[in-house]
Amino acid sequence: MTSLPKTTAKKLGLVVDLDICVGCHACAVNCKEWNAGAKSAPLTDYDPYGKKPDGVWFNRVHTYETTDEAGHGQTVHFPRSCLHCEDAPCVTVCPTGASYKREEDGIVLVNEDICIGCKLCSWACPYGAREYDENEGVMKKCTLCVDKIYNENLPEESRVPACVSTCPAGARSFGDLGDPDSEVSKLVAARGGYDLMPEQGTKPVNKYLPPRPRQDGRGGDKAPRMLEHADDSTEGAGLIARWVDKILS
Amino acid sequence: MHPAKSVIFFTTASGAGYGMMIWLGVLAALGMLPQETVFGILVFGLAFALIVGGLLSSTFHLGRPERAWRAMSQWRTSWLSREGLAAIIGFVPLGLFALVAIFSIADMALGVVLGLVGAAMALLTLYCTAMIYASLKTIPAWHNRWTVAGYLVLGPMNGAVILAFLLAVFGFEEAAGTMRTIAGVMIIIGLTVKTFYWKHLATAPATSTAGSATGLGHLGKVEMTGSPHDQDNYLLREMGFRIARKHARKLGRIAIVLGFWMPLACLLVAGIFLDGGLPAAGIALLFVAVIACQIGITAERWLFFAEARHAVTLYYGEKAL
Ligand code: SF4
Ligand code: SF4
Ligand code: SF4
Repeated sequence: MTSLPKTTAKKLGLVVDLDICVGCHACAVNCKEWNAGAKSAPLTDYDPYGKKPDGVWFNRVHTYETTDEAGHGQTVHFPRSCLHCEDAPCVTVCPTGASYKREEDGIVLVNEDICIGCKLCSWACPYGAREYDENEGVMKKCTLCVDKIYNENLPEESRVPACVSTCPAGARSFGDLGDPDSEVSKLVAARGGYDLMPEQGTKPVNKYLPPRPRQDGRGGDKAPRMLEHADDSTEGAGLIARWVDKILS
Repeated sequence: MHPAKSVIFFTTASGAGYGMMIWLGVLAALGMLPQETVFGILVFGLAFALIVGGLLSSTFHLGRPERAWRAMSQWRTSWLSREGLAAIIGFVPLGLFALVAIFSIADMALGVVLGLVGAAMALLTLYCTAMIYASLKTIPAWHNRWTVAGYLVLGPMNGAVILAFLLAVFGFEEAAGTMRTIAGVMIIIGLTVKTFYWKHLATAPATSTAGSATGLGHLGKVEMTGSPHDQDNYLLREMGFRIARKHARKLGRIAIVLGFWMPLACLLVAGIFLDGGLPAAGIALLFVAVIACQIGITAERWLFFAEARHAVTLYYGEKAL
């Protein structure tokens, strides 16, 4: 059913810390690894060993550089996956009911058995979170690792999304963002977590934590950012140094 | 957005077919619809062929065409679903209307009612098609009222030009004259709507930016320095289509000249020829109008897709849209 639930009991989602992310792409790779054998399997690759490898991924890591008016730059690594939006436009446009948002935990999923592959949901998502599988003829997307987080065959500590458990820097957290007392909600409150493209009206559940302000590295007792140019004057130099300078110049 | 041939063909063909149906209903209401079997079979046949051909081609671009019937179930929220339903339901009045008009299976008074209901369903279907595009906030070039106006006007405009030609071929002078007038008026409205559409595209303020997409806007200018993948992917193929500005301008001119000015001129001159006892020359000019209109509207529809930029491109280097 593509009508959105009015509320969901939980709002499970991710918090991505842009201050910590080092852009190693481990989350993207482990996402691919888990999901290639899970609910959405196969996670098709086209031409995997050829010249133009391409395929379906649920998580992509971009790198951006920001430059402020003073010309100071900052590099930010930016993982991008489904935000499990509360007002998910990808769900309401779906003509078949294949796309849906779960009432119990807010996870947005695709029922691949009834998807007709019209691709409209991928047009409706502002975040590029849905990728079409050309071989299967259906749409695929991040499942929030629904088959891992509830998997009782796994030890309790492993019941978190693959991208979260694999991140070597600890930049990703998982939890209930609908519960103000959850760890993730506290983290968001403490660090000023924000929505991507709030103007699109999708009300994303996932939040991003902004990079902390950088020290600009000039002045003070910080190491200089670049070598100062060589000093031409011999003023204040010792006798031998002045003598060598005379010979050489 | 990637301009898929199947979708361009679908929207132009079914637009023309529904346009023809709308004017056939109007002609019936005006008491001007010629009740001649050969003519009837030809015009209604052509209109249905355009509609059905368009709908079929739109299912070709589905990943799973065999499940297409499922697309009718979510009419509560989905414009694509509503379009499918409107199209299927519309076949009932339109089909009965055709039977009455061609084979006189019932009184023409009933035919008029069926024709008008069918025309309303045709308009409703065009409206649903337009709303599929206009409802997408992610694509500001579509998310505006000129999109809806364009779909509601261009299909009927194209249908009117085709009907004006066919009526002239069969020598139904009075109806042909009326259709020429209607077609001329529709062309002027169509040109106005498209002019406003393009003006809107050029002047509308940005909805989203690379800054709001990443949330890094407060740090200054945001540029992508590392892509997640160094080959193409689905997102870039489907939504990252870019058209050179120079080609856009050229195609825009082709759309305007062939889609509007040329058919309008042909209609006017054809009217003079037909009234002046030169039917062959008039019909030839109307044929040119039909062909020009098809090329022009196809160019217009291609641009409609090619010029539209999607929010996801903001993650891949686009600055604002
Ligand atoms: S991020 Fe995109 S795919 Fe995920 S719920 Fe939001 S709109 Fe849908
Ligand atoms: S591609 Fe599948 S999931 Fe997406 S809108 Fe179409 S039918 Fe629904
Ligand atoms: S939650 Fe699971 S499916 Fe979603 S991005 Fe992370 S690893 Fe991939």
